[in-house]
Amino acid sequence: MADVLDVAWATEWVRRSAAVVGEHRMELIDLDRAIGDGDHGENLDRGFKAVLVKLDNPDTPEPESVGDVLKLVATTLMSTVGGAAGPLYGTAYLRAAKVADGATVDAAGVAALLDAAVGGIVARGKAEVGDKTMVDAWTPAAAAALEVADGGGTATQALRAAATAARTGAESTDPLVARKGRASYLGERAIGHRDPGAESSALLLAVAADVAEGAE
Amino acid sequence: MKKLINDPQNVVAESVEGFVAAHADLVIASDSPEELFVSRAGGAVQGKVGLVSGGGSGHEPLHAGFVGVGMLDAAVPGPVFTSPTPDPILAATKAADGGAGVLHIVKNYTGDVLNFETAAELADAEGINVRAVVTDDDVAVQDSLYTAGRRGVAGTVLVEKIAGASAERGDDLDTVAEIATRVNAGARSMGVALTACTVPHAGKPSFDLGEDEIEIGIGIHGEPGRRRIPLAGADEITDLLLDPIVEDLAVTSGDQVLLFVNGMGGTPSSELYIVYRHARAQLEAKGVTVARSLVGNYITSLEMQGASITVLRLDDELTALYDAPVHTPALRWGI
Repeated sequence: MADVLDVAWATEWVRRSAAVVGEHRMELIDLDRAIGDGDHGENLDRGFKAVLVKLDNPDTPEPESVGDVLKLVATTLMSTVGGAAGPLYGTAYLRAAKVADGATVDAAGVAALLDAAVGGIVARGKAEVGDKTMVDAWTPAAAAALEVADGGGTATQALRAAATAARTGAESTDPLVARKGRASYLGERAIGHRDPGAESSALLLAVAADVAEGAE
Repeated sequence: MKKLINDPQNVVAESVEGFVAAHADLVIASDSPEELFVSRAGGAVQGKVGLVSGGGSGHEPLHAGFVGVGMLDAAVPGPVFTSPTPDPILAATKAADGGAGVLHIVKNYTGDVLNFETAAELADAEGINVRAVVTDDDVAVQDSLYTAGRRGVAGTVLVEKIAGASAERGDDLDTVAEIATRVNAGARSMGVALTACTVPHAGKPSFDLGEDEIEIGIGIHGEPGRRRIPLAGADEITDLLLDPIVEDLAVTSGDQVLLFVNGMGGTPSSELYIVYRHARAQLEAKGVTVARSLVGNYITSLEMQGASITVLRLDDELTALYDAPVHTPALRWGI
């Protein structure tokens, strides 16, 4: 069990994130068609493809910290995704980058990184748990990681707990009425549909845990 | 999906390319495709407040069609139905700045608001004085703690026209912002869809509507509205749109208003005039004077069939500013 996560983990997380977003592009579009405007899969796919281009650009400086990688993701998503997801994901990765400024991240670091990401999303979008947004995935994820870290678990265990909680959190949005974003215009007609942002958040956190486990 | 397009990824770029070529006397596009915006061919007017708007594409002629004398200085077209990112908004803001500050006119959608806020912060850091007016004229949405608030829809066109005239006559940034706020506060809109629209890269309709159904209270992004009802006659549907507007705006006998019937892109103007005719008669029956009118496709939702009604309460100043000369690709009078 890896006790800490390094730059190689962060880079691989980003690469696999791009692949997974590409694979789930149509599914995210369909979720968004139901209660939004059908662009979430398209926008996120465009953003992560741009991240890969930047990562592979020989002019991009070699990342020295986990935070360097996350910051590259943040700035690229902010300037390529658009919609609400661009600023929200961009701010999440940017805040996470600030607290992950070392070469490695331990379990407490994972918890801090996720907590900072939640703080960024809430600061920008002003949503709370239960509003049927990506906050419903990220908030329990950060709490689960903190619990593992406090109990003496590894960074990988903290990420897996976060991924599991995010998945449950995304599923918990199904029966909710939306109070933020475009789905809020639908009132009770949003009931029975999963929030696309919560779903993409759960996908990204699952990849983070998969990559950490695969690196052992 | 049947559309006159090439690669769905190139819809916005190719459309803007044609647009600026067709109206080269009025508008130019930015050099960088990554920071795409449209601005006045003559550049920023020194000493005049700059007006910048933008948002997802698919609402043409809004916003780029309203760039020109008497209206906007620059417009930022994002991907279809997706807010542009802060970078092109910042670039457009710089291009529109004539030293008197810049007003951002932003439709109230979460993505638009977040991206324009970020761009305004960046512009501020570069020493440009930016103020923003967020339009939210759609009465279909309850303005409460439990929603993202009312959407900005067709009233935005009137805000851009009237605030544009205010800037053109030399008003300062605070005054232009105050007038834009006043127009937004006095405007209410409500829309109906007879069919859904299809976003090019999604390839299928944005919602499923039966042959005999219509969707009341739609926005302009192909999102479903508040409720679905069986198709009815034009007069009956017009009442369903107009009544909540009249109630919410509390227009009463003696009021002067502007009546704006807007097409969603796929409805012929003959049908828009049928709606206008009944809406006007209903307002006049209440003793309200329809002092100005606008009928046509000005803020659309791709090829959606449907219409929206907007009522703006007028005063002498707003009427004079509405009448002031305007010369843009999509709106022109007095020049």
